[in-house]
Amino acid sequence: MSLLLRRLKKSFREPDGNPLPIINIDHFELKQAEQVALVGSSGGGKTTLLHLISGIHTPDSGEVIIDQVNLAGLGEPARDRFRAMKIGYIFQTFNLLPAFTALENVLLGMSFSGQKSNRAHAIDLLDEVGLKHRLSHKPSKLSVGEQQRVAIARALANKPKLLLADEPTASIDSRNQNNVLRMIRDVCKEHHVTLLLVTHSEEVARQFDRVETLSDFNKPEELLATASK
Amino acid sequence: MSLIHIAWKSIRQRSLASSLTAFNMALGVMLMVAVLVFYGVIEKSFKQTGAHYQLIVGPKGSKVDLVLSSVYRVSPPIENLPYLYYLQLKNDPRVEEAIPIALGDVTQEGAFPIVGTVSRYFELPYADKKKFKVKAKNGFSGSFDSIIGAEVAKQNGWDIGSTFKLVHGGADVGHTHDEEFTVVDILARTGTPNDRTVFVNLKGFYQLGDHDKPVEEAIDQLQKFYPDGVPGGEKRIKELREFAASGGDHHDHGEEEGGDHAHHHHHHHDLPDELKEVTSVFVMMRDQDDYAAYNFMNELKTGFQAQAVNPTQVMTDLMQSLIGNVQKIMVVLITLIIIVSGIGIFVSIYNSMADRRREIAIMRSLGAQRQTIFAIILTESVLLCLGGGLLGLLLGHGLFFVGAPIIENSTGLIIDRYAFEPLELTLFPVLLLLAILIGFLPGMTAYRTNVADVLSE
Ligand SMILES: Nc1ncnc2c1ncn2[C@@H]1O[C@H](COP(=O)(O)OP(=O)(O)OP(=O)(O)O)[C@@H](O)[C@H]1O
Ligand SMILES: [Mg+2]
Repeated sequence: MSLLLRRLKKSFREPDGNPLPIINIDHFELKQAEQVALVGSSGGGKTTLLHLISGIHTPDSGEVIIDQVNLAGLGEPARDRFRAMKIGYIFQTFNLLPAFTALENVLLGMSFSGQKSNRAHAIDLLDEVGLKHRLSHKPSKLSVGEQQRVAIARALANKPKLLLADEPTASIDSRNQNNVLRMIRDVCKEHHVTLLLVTHSEEVARQFDRVETLSDFNKPEELLATASK
Repeated sequence: MSLIHIAWKSIRQRSLASSLTAFNMALGVMLMVAVLVFYGVIEKSFKQTGAHYQLIVGPKGSKVDLVLSSVYRVSPPIENLPYLYYLQLKNDPRVEEAIPIALGDVTQEGAFPIVGTVSRYFELPYADKKKFKVKAKNGFSGSFDSIIGAEVAKQNGWDIGSTFKLVHGGADVGHTHDEEFTVVDILARTGTPNDRTVFVNLKGFYQLGDHDKPVEEAIDQLQKFYPDGVPGGEKRIKELREFAASGGDHHDHGEEEGGDHAHHHHHHHDLPDELKEVTSVFVMMRDQDDYAAYNFMNELKTGFQAQAVNPTQVMTDLMQSLIGNVQKIMVVLITLIIIVSGIGIFVSIYNSMADRRREIAIMRSLGAQRQTIFAIILTESVLLCLGGGLLGLLLGHGLFFVGAPIIENSTGLIIDRYAFEPLELTLFPVLLLLAILIGFLPGMTAYRTNVADVLSE
């Protein structure tokens, strides 16, 4: 699945009401099955960008084109459906549901996509991230690293075509970090999933053929300049 | 995972608030079910008891009082009928059977109502096609014979051969009659007020002190009852006055006070019929047709100072006017209770929405549609309402099961503990509707949740 961002703009508002431009990307492209590491300073807008790509945020203007479909032009229900079926998202803050066990969290992702929830597949995924012995633990009973791995398994549950990972290995020790990272990359490779992975870690970024720094192609300050003219 | 599963999870997540609010609902539904079943059963047994008597003839006045005192023995009689009139009914060619009853006293032990009557009372069915069963097949033979209901035997521990005294229920309440009655037979349980009644031979009843009237009062009443002339005419009235003068009227106890008390206090001789009274007369027409009874009723309306009523009709009317209204008021009050518990569920779900904004946003970010989220909240409300309702249904029947013996003891009616009122079933569609109303606003809040805002909080 290919991704193309064109003239993508997003501003928030400061508490005093002034616009706070975060994203201003003229052109950014990921090829089908490409694996890209995205680095950048904290607060630079990496998470915001992933939200825009997944359709959780709507851009102020511009296009998010995934496989020739402009996500920004779709209505909300279609965008929800598209996200459920095509995009896997590993949140920086995991976003597990506290009322549900590890296994149920993975199954939930499946049930919203309209597919039949496949229990065996969910268990396989949790096994792959090393959590077979934690299936019926609730998030509060899991370590932070374990929670992150549940989030990874959930993101992969619907066999997405585009995987957005927001620092997926930040809370895992370096040995496990490499295992998990390899697992994510292997799964993506095997199923030709396009991967955009945000990281702060030099070590992680080094493993990717293509590493992008957000500030190289995102120029929000230009928005402010044009606005003040 | 199904919506129900997801909704159930979040109910469990807030188990204390959920169970309290659902239990609240259960209590409301329990009361509703108990009231519906209770009134259903009471109405049924009230209508059935005494339904086999075609007519009850009594003095003019309140029909309800007449039936309540004659059949249910719950309200004491106010007026009486002349015994002469009973004889007249008995001899009426259209009448198949006329059974006199006289009420007024209660037993000293247990205060069970006394009914003076004749052996034929026990030959008639006590309910539709149901005949009395007795322990020993002894009718009344001696004047002071008594046949008692099953509940009386049980509560007082009486058996055949037991003796007892009566307390006068008339003017000087609390005065105990000296005469002792003997139990000669015990009725099998009927599930009617007969179980709580002590029947005594009418003959003996008249021989108790105070159960005959002073002659002048009796003559006065007869003249009122028969405005066109007392049977037997002036001649008979003169004879009565002579009877009284000869000492037949034994109401002046004073002069005997000093004498041999046990021997002379009462005169156990037969009274002239003119001095006797009955409370009412159960009448079976020769013609089983309701029309015959109806004609007879109308005839009485214009003639004597008596009325004939159809007990079933009277009870149905009473149920409608009196108990029906009480039931309606209770149903309205309990409906309010249920609505209040519904509001409790609403508040509980609505308050939880603030904590669940994130949960909802996550579900949305996983691809859940807005409608799906709305449906989850609605399902939660439905689960709480119907779950509470189901629990309430069980509790209501449980309450009725436990309460039935109490009703049985105080009314003498036999209650079907497993009684089910079809109206109960309408509770569930109503609860479903309530659940949808309750879930709507929180559901809409959930529906409107802005995923991006919540996730970036
Ligand atoms: N909903 C919002 N409203 C206002 N400002 C926001 C909102 N979301 C993000 N921001 C701001 O946008 C900027 C970029 O945030 P973002 O989370 O995208 O950064 P990031 O690059 O992911 O940082 P980090 O590496 O620390 O995760 C931040 O300064 C943040 O305060
Ligand atoms: Mg971030």
